Amino acid sequence: MKSVFVYCEVEDQKVAEISQELLSAGKRLAQKLGSPLEAVVFGKGLKDIAEQIAPYGVDKIHVADDARLEPFRTLPHASIANEIIKSEDPQIVLFGATSVGRDLAPRLASALNCGLTADCTILDIGDHYVSKEKKEYKDLLYAIRPAFGGSIMANIINWDMHPQMATVREGVMKNEIFDENYQTEIVSVDVDKILNDEDFIVKIIERHIEESGVNLKEAPIIVAGGYGVGSKENFNQLYQLSDLLGGEVGGSRAAVDAGFIDHDRQIGQTGVTVRPKLYIAAGISGAVQHTAGMQDSSLIISINNDPEAPMNKIADYAIEGDVSDVIPKMIKYYKKNAK
Amino acid sequence: MRPLKIIVLAKQVPDTRNVGSDAMKPDGTVNRGKLPTIFNPDDLHALELALNIKDRIPGTEVIVLTMGPQRAADIIREGYYRGADNGIMISDRRFGGADTLATSYTLVKGIQKLAPFDLILGGRQAIDGDTAQVGPQCAEKLSIPQVTYVEEIISFTDTEVVAKRRLEKGVETVSSSFPCLMTVHDSSPACRSRIAKRVMQYKYARTRTELKSRSTDEILLSLHEKRPYLTIPEWGVEDIEAEIKNIGLLGSPTKVKSVESIVLTSEESKVLSDSDADIEMMVKELIENHTIG
Repeated sequence: MKSVFVYCEVEDQKVAEISQELLSAGKRLAQKLGSPLEAVVFGKGLKDIAEQIAPYGVDKIHVADDARLEPFRTLPHASIANEIIKSEDPQIVLFGATSVGRDLAPRLASALNCGLTADCTILDIGDHYVSKEKKEYKDLLYAIRPAFGGSIMANIINWDMHPQMATVREGVMKNEIFDENYQTEIVSVDVDKILNDEDFIVKIIERHIEESGVNLKEAPIIVAGGYGVGSKENFNQLYQLSDLLGGEVGGSRAAVDAGFIDHDRQIGQTGVTVRPKLYIAAGISGAVQHTAGMQDSSLIISINNDPEAPMNKIADYAIEGDVSDVIPKMIKYYKKNAK
Repeated sequence: MRPLKIIVLAKQVPDTRNVGSDAMKPDGTVNRGKLPTIFNPDDLHALELALNIKDRIPGTEVIVLTMGPQRAADIIREGYYRGADNGIMISDRRFGGADTLATSYTLVKGIQKLAPFDLILGGRQAIDGDTAQVGPQCAEKLSIPQVTYVEEIISFTDTEVVAKRRLEKGVETVSSSFPCLMTVHDSSPACRSRIAKRVMQYKYARTRTELKSRSTDEILLSLHEKRPYLTIPEWGVEDIEAEIKNIGLLGSPTKVKSVESIVLTSEESKVLSDSDADIEMMVKELIENHTIG
């Protein structure tokens, strides 16, 4: 039975959140296919790593434990993954659409001569009839992603070259434990048999990890500004409101491109996906590029001059007006009414 | 430091950041013809990085390589205007419909014709797909290392380059031997502007196919005869010895099964004015239902 593979990212003995999401999504696909779910995990000090992975319903874990495998470098990870995939021949391989996954997966896809769909937000299993061959292909991966600046959703399939690979955006797949006591099989990968000096041509000289102070994903309230906010200075009002409400400030791609707000606060298809309990969209027209990253918010307020702005259509409250008038009023009436 | 030979991979893309409603067909698909085309923004950063290296190491050669339909020759001209030494266009109807795998195969066949080289630079990703795949796929096919998300080149020796990478959470400095492929992050410096003198010099640069068009006059033809550098090399399937099974639709494992235009569903929106009364009412409701406060 062909399996579903998940490439797990790990740092300091901890499986990354995106990988937990992928394992959850991979399990759902594996159940639809009636196939096993397998994980590959490369890093150092991974003796107990299976404890974090098995509960997602993982049937087999391929562990490559070697100091040279962390931090991530493309070539050794690609060589090992290539070797495992070639020998195990999985049907589906999933990666996070992270700086690691988006670096590794295309290199592997080239080596394996297979298809790779980037930045998926929905995964499913389904059939496809190829009329030229008069043949129905069963149980293919439907890799569904926003395309063309987010104006369309495209369902990408691949029926003739194995495996079917996809990178999946962070924060879109539900993270769910399958069974705390799931029994798994651990396979230890013989790293030295696979790697040679060529794999270590790229050397890491220095790593400077800045834990970004911004945590949009966890914020219960987000005040987001778009191009319509008008300037970097005008964003100050947004910060005032968000401080008052205990939230974070985000921005649309247009606001980031215009230099109103930093890149790490970008929400949308090419930024972070968020689902806070309150999302205040200030001067954001609501291109799908942006709404793809926030439409699951519990409650949406849109502030826009243009009553026809697409954002107003998904908003619970659509306020017609200038951001620079409305935000100070919200601050004023919050202060007045909050207990 | 010896001069380097740098190939910049550049793509002409529809300006997806400005998709207007007229660019959508009634069935929800995008009408590419209605979109203006631009030099892919990240690729301009790659061009700047290449030109910056040329500033630092005299004698360095910068070649812009693009693949696309005839109008993509604009990319080559733009490269010349900003300081590239050479440009090459890979163009053939049979390359059409390529996904990233077939695109990387085709580009690599072109790159191999230009070998030996030291550095291949490309943008991190193109805005029409945002896949970021073609760079790493080219590196694999060339069996050279890849350094993705490069923000800055810190130093060189004759055999090695040190670069700073921009990651989600910080930066990483890495070294690689030559030759290698780098994809350039948009946090790197923006590309320099066109140089007026070079615009004058290259504005009549054309591909062979462009020269065959009806609008070509005798003056343009004789200009190209006198100044052969104005004729942009144009490579088709046979020129790069590409195998048909690996290019275009045939060489593309990924296929689009269906596309769905995104229609935002409207639930019950409360439409408010910006009056004090409306906003106070809303804020009170939010406090009462514990959304805020």
